Amino acid sequence: MSLICLKNLSRRYQMGEETIHALRDVSLEIERGEYVAIMGPSGSGKSTLMNLLGCLDTPTSGTYELNGTNVSEMDDNELAEVRNREIGFVFQTFNLLPRSNALRNVELPLIYSGMTFDERRRVALEALTAVGLADRVTHKPNELSGGQRQRVAIARALVNTPSIILADEPTGNLDSKTGDEIMTLFEDLSRKGNTVFVVTHEEEVALHARRIIRIRDGLIASDEAVKH
Amino acid sequence: MNFLSELKEGLAIAWDAILANKMRSVLTTLGIVIGIVTVTLMGTALDAMNRAFHQSISIIGADTLFVQRGSWLAHTEAEWLGFLKRREITWLQAREVEKQMTLARGVAPVVVMFQSVGYQSRNARGVQIIGSTDQFLVTSGFSVGQGRFMTEMESEGGRPVCVIGMDVATNLFLNEDPIGKRIRIGSRPLEVIGVLAKQGSFMGMKSLDNEVIIPIRQLLGGYWRNPDFQIQVKVSEINRIEDAKEELQGIMRKIRRLAPGDPDDFAINQQEHLISMFNRVAGIIATVGLLITGLSLFVGGIGIMNIMFVSVAERTREIGVRKAIGAKRRTILIQFLIEAASICMIGGLVGLAITYLMVLAVGRFMPVPVSLSIPVMGVAILVSLFTGLASGFFPAWRAARMDPVEALRNE
Repeated sequence: MSLICLKNLSRRYQMGEETIHALRDVSLEIERGEYVAIMGPSGSGKSTLMNLLGCLDTPTSGTYELNGTNVSEMDDNELAEVRNREIGFVFQTFNLLPRSNALRNVELPLIYSGMTFDERRRVALEALTAVGLADRVTHKPNELSGGQRQRVAIARALVNTPSIILADEPTGNLDSKTGDEIMTLFEDLSRKGNTVFVVTHEEEVALHARRIIRIRDGLIASDEAVKH
Repeated sequence: MNFLSELKEGLAIAWDAILANKMRSVLTTLGIVIGIVTVTLMGTALDAMNRAFHQSISIIGADTLFVQRGSWLAHTEAEWLGFLKRREITWLQAREVEKQMTLARGVAPVVVMFQSVGYQSRNARGVQIIGSTDQFLVTSGFSVGQGRFMTEMESEGGRPVCVIGMDVATNLFLNEDPIGKRIRIGSRPLEVIGVLAKQGSFMGMKSLDNEVIIPIRQLLGGYWRNPDFQIQVKVSEINRIEDAKEELQGIMRKIRRLAPGDPDDFAINQQEHLISMFNRVAGIIATVGLLITGLSLFVGGIGIMNIMFVSVAERTREIGVRKAIGAKRRTILIQFLIEAASICMIGGLVGLAITYLMVLAVGRFMPVPVSLSIPVMGVAILVSLFTGLASGFFPAWRAARMDPVEALRNE
């Protein structure tokens, strides 16, 4: 069975009198270990799709099965648990907590999952070491470079060993060299068996993935494998 | 995530947030500090008033009954004027009660008047002159500090002797030994045979040591022929006080010749009446006082609520991130509640410290002992905690219900 199974997924928003169809009847299957890029111009519905995949939002109609459970009709608290367990987010603006150091930022998901102090310290240090920041654990976000910040964010996304890693324009705020480094990191993660989604509008970034899904007007315009 | 670790995490975050906005935290806390200071000061004042009253009233003794024309529990002026129209309690009636009471350890007729008292060239005005018998020592609970009280012989014979209060002794005699000296009450000379032990003051205001006790016959013969008497009855056993009251009432009705259907035209008063009257008044003062001071705490609470709304709005994105990472509604709610409660608790503790110092400073100039009591401190801490939780609830609730997508989009 697939890791992710979307069936006729739709999301509509009500803006005053007008109904906006952000996503129309999207069906999609993603296998474990895939490396997928989601592309599309702004307003195409790719953010909506990402929010649904990340269980931040629920569909208006259709079903979403993640790892065998139907998450499309869960309430707020159940979704929070699923996000904590199954999904690692990487954001364009890093979204680290500014007053907490790298270690505490990475520990955060573990605090919410209820891990004991010693255990989570160990796991968080491992995650930071894995992204090459073992010597930066006590630094606060404003003491780190953009690339380092994004690595902390990736460590935070990985630390709960989620089923999928969802990166929303992960290189958008980085120069091209650091951007490349981050993309290499994602490739590594993918090679180690993680399922990775990268949402982007840059062709170059998307080409790192092995499957590109293009969204236009709330529909899947194309879905093809990348030949390397 | 269990509740305890949620609390711990919440505390850490709250501390971070408070430190990150030091100035704002200080200003917000100020409202609570002022609120807690006013409330605890009020509480301490009420406390001191209560304590002073009960200390003063305990001199009377719970086992003494006071037969008078009027009741201590007069509610209105009309009622009070009604008491004054009743027949006076006479010397003969007082003597009758003395003879007939069986459940009493002592019965003393008492008449009180005010006179100036003199010794050589010194004078004291407005001294309380108490005319009574040797039994007065039993019924009043006074004790003699120096010399002796009058004997039954002196009392029955109406001898020109007197026992003076501590204030009278120091005012008239300075450092001289008063025993055996003659003082003038009005124009008549009386010999001092004893000085009462110091009793202090009633609620720190009216001195209880400014009196002279003389034999009642001396008073009747020399000063006031037909006064209105008060009869003090010391009950033989405190647990038979109700029986004694009944007996006393029967005797009084008989000697005042009341027909079976007539209402009493006298009152039997006891300490409890004073206490219940005091409690009624004190209750009103406490309610009004705490209400007014509570208002300042309320204003402080609104300040906290205001600043918590700002804090939530400022940290919308952080809330979004926390939710994306797996924080549940409850977790966010608790986080902000703890933040509000922490600010209030800090304010409460600072307020308590200030109150403590103020009480310490003011206490030196107060006639009655004043101190910050443990219950008042406990209540202050609980109140500040409650204020924090109450004023933090709406902002925290708003934060907890935020949609993660919206929150993350916030710049």
